Amino acid sequence: MPERVRVKAMMPPGHVRTPAYLRGKTGVIERALGPFPNPEQLAYGLPAPEQPLYRVRFTMSEVWGDAAERPSDTLDAEIYAHWLERL
Amino acid sequence: MPHDHHDHDHPHDHDGLSPSGHPYRADNDAPLSYWQRMEIAVRELMIEKGHLTADQVAAQIDTMDARSPANGAAVVARAWVDPDFRARLLDDAGAASREMGFDIGPLHLIAVENTAQVHNLIVCTLCSCYPRNLLGLPPDWYKTREYRARAVREPRAVLREFGLDLPDSTTIRVHDSTADMRYIVLPARPSGTDGMTEAALAALVTRDSMVGTGLPRQP
Repeated sequence: MPERVRVKAMMPPGHVRTPAYLRGKTGVIERALGPFPNPEQLAYGLPAPEQPLYRVRFTMSEVWGDAAERPSDTLDAEIYAHWLERL
Repeated sequence: MPHDHHDHDHPHDHDGLSPSGHPYRADNDAPLSYWQRMEIAVRELMIEKGHLTADQVAAQIDTMDARSPANGAAVVARAWVDPDFRARLLDDAGAASREMGFDIGPLHLIAVENTAQVHNLIVCTLCSCYPRNLLGLPPDWYKTREYRARAVREPRAVLREFGLDLPDSTTIRVHDSTADMRYIVLPARPSGTDGMTEAALAALVTRDSMVGTGLPRQP
């Protein structure tokens, strides 16, 4: 069974690389990508501890609801671990 | 009607149009923006302090300009003719590209494969992330808000506008380059290409087919 995760629905200010349209959405881990420096600090030249990065796969129906062109088409995005909660 | 002469008789400079009837492009002599001044200041300081030379800056621009979709096309064609290379490309596209001799710097590259059932499309909704170190600079449309917003929301409508009307039986997988990875589509090898050389196959691979907004040419 692929691991199910939800993107945290927080709205912090500043440089964030989690697209707003995916916040609060549920998907599955498509693959783990390894640790990368957190861009939320890196963008400001601050010490940027590494965070595990994942590719998360969402269905279009999860992201767009009834407006999805074809519900089972998918959208993959890279999301850092501190933005994900495991379900 | 740019070429109409209306009621006056001198034959030049109608309504600010060139002799070919197109508008003149304005000279770019507006004041520098904050970031343009910043770039010039930092570059001149770096050169003054001896950290780099103007030649090195020019050489780096040349290196970037020399990268083109032909690099990616060579990688795709190799994957079409060599199943072991295809497996290595899908496992680690950066390593496979370097193996072919392409200097792609620190690029983290993922190849996503089109099949009879699946079509992949690449976008960067947050900015304009693109596998520049392999394919060179992205096309202007890739960076527009329209492409970035619509590719994730209505990819089928976007693909139809690119001339690609995919059947409902094909699953579309959109890949939003939100962080450290860059993506290249490994398009399906066109039919009727048995026995073609790797170089001839590479000539069928278009830039758009590696972004997912197109398919390779038919031979």
